[in-house]
Amino acid sequence: MLEVEVKKRRGAFMLDAQFELPTPGVVTLFGRSGCGKSTLVSIIAGLLQADTGRIALDGMTLLDTQAGIDIPVEKRRIGYVFQEARLFPHLSVLSNLRYAARRAPAKRVVSFDEVAALLDLGQLLRRRVHQLSGGERQRVAIGRALLSQPSLLLLDEPLAALDTARREEVLPYLESLRDRLAIPMVYVSHNYDEVLRLATYLVLMESGKTIAQGGLGEMSLNPDLRSIIGADAVGAILEGSALGTDSSGLTRIRVGTGELKVQAANIAAGAKLRVQLLARDLIVATEMPRALSVRNCLAGTVVAVSNDDSDSDLIRIDIGGNDIIARVTKAATRELALRSGLPVWALVKAVSLRARAI
Amino acid sequence: MTWLSPSELEALHLSLSVATRSVLCSLPLAIAVAWLLTRRRFLGRTLLDAFVHLPLVLPPVVVGYLLLVLFGTRGPIGSWLQRSAGIELVFTRNGAALATAVMAFPLMVRAMRISLENVDRGLEEAARTLGAAALDRFATITLPLMLPGILAGAITAFSAALGEFGAVITFVSNVPGETRTLPLALYSALQTPNGDAAAARLAAMSLVLGLGGLLLSEWFARRVRRLLGR
Repeated sequence: MLEVEVKKRRGAFMLDAQFELPTPGVVTLFGRSGCGKSTLVSIIAGLLQADTGRIALDGMTLLDTQAGIDIPVEKRRIGYVFQEARLFPHLSVLSNLRYAARRAPAKRVVSFDEVAALLDLGQLLRRRVHQLSGGERQRVAIGRALLSQPSLLLLDEPLAALDTARREEVLPYLESLRDRLAIPMVYVSHNYDEVLRLATYLVLMESGKTIAQGGLGEMSLNPDLRSIIGADAVGAILEGSALGTDSSGLTRIRVGTGELKVQAANIAAGAKLRVQLLARDLIVATEMPRALSVRNCLAGTVVAVSNDDSDSDLIRIDIGGNDIIARVTKAATRELALRSGLPVWALVKAVSLRARAI
Repeated sequence: MTWLSPSELEALHLSLSVATRSVLCSLPLAIAVAWLLTRRRFLGRTLLDAFVHLPLVLPPVVVGYLLLVLFGTRGPIGSWLQRSAGIELVFTRNGAALATAVMAFPLMVRAMRISLENVDRGLEEAARTLGAAALDRFATITLPLMLPGILAGAITAFSAALGEFGAVITFVSNVPGETRTLPLALYSALQTPNGDAAAARLAAMSLVLGLGGLLLSEWFARRVRRLLGR
């Protein structure tokens, strides 16, 4: 368990953050640029002093301003991957990695060979830092942080300085890091797509405050998310397991008591998957629809109707153990008399869904 | 170098020896002062900064005179050094090295400060998160990254030490074989009848040394830049 509760004033800006991360896991600090995410991770690392607060990791207190405890950065055993990699330019890639390994505690979490294999660093070891591409730099930086044998890994927007292609090149490495190592991670991002792929736990931040937190599925329904990601990206995130692929190439995924059909290739039965159902892609019907091309027709009950903007409403529907949200026009809400308790069918095309392994 | 007379060779040799001592002894102090002035905010920082730069604006004769007052046989520091360590500075090559070191010190500190200001502190932070404590960080990150400045400063200071005249002649006089460095020998040659040829040779020698120093410094700078990929 990572427990963080800190306050810091910086001029007119006030950071007031509180969150808890079940370990191991990936918590994403998510919010707009300038909301204090980076300040918060700097404080966790110890690079920045908090005015007051407490930070503890798996029972070990790293900071407690009341008790006068403040473990210095170099003794905290927290790996830090910076946005701009910060590799040492006077050393080769190998020497950068060794720099961390030499100063690491004797108790190993990962071995050099493991890290090199996990991040595909073999080809890069002999190179000098300035001969690396942006994506390669970040991979080396992640490897270097891992070789310091950290008990916590902080990643401060490690992909923000990369273009889309490079980002796609590094993301799979981060996913395998999450899946293969038991190191808890705090991942700072303002990119929702990265959150969807990496996070197990989400902390929302706005102007210096942590405003909401929870598991990704639960947080995907949080109304505070809309102002950060925009109305079009709002949608429930469901987790389920693949049942198999049928002859038409559709993969069936068990989600709660229901089932989703998704167009996805090469997914083994039993694989854990994450599917996002965008609110704008959902269609709500009050009668069982027939003769439609839509492959997913989920029976459920309206849980709540809430205002989205001047023209549309958000309809929250329980589809058997999981809630999803649909965005419909206010005219539709009126015409179908949508209200809490009403049995409905939610429709979504298989082609508009994407499943991701978790 | 058969075309140099024994006394000219002696002056050349002495100059190199004085400049080497001067640079080697002032190097650690210059690094420390550059670090203090760049990285620390403390009371009297501006005063220290001004004090370090004083030799640049004072006439060298004044610096020599002040050294004589402080480090002379009856000066407070000079008499103490002689009593406790048996170090004599007046009329000796060590004294000449001290005078040249004081004169070249601001040049050395300047070069190091510029390179230290260019050292990305983010890299030191990164080293810190990897478990490197203060001295470790300084030795493995800061110092290697300011190496271009250290080399540039040392070479500039070395060249300046070779050429220092006023402070040297005032503090340690013009003793053949002990404090008569190249510029002093050149000056003496000009004071001697028929010394023109010797003066020309000594001047040519100074020119070659100066040019060599500049080329060497440029070569070093290029190598380091290539190493760092800048």
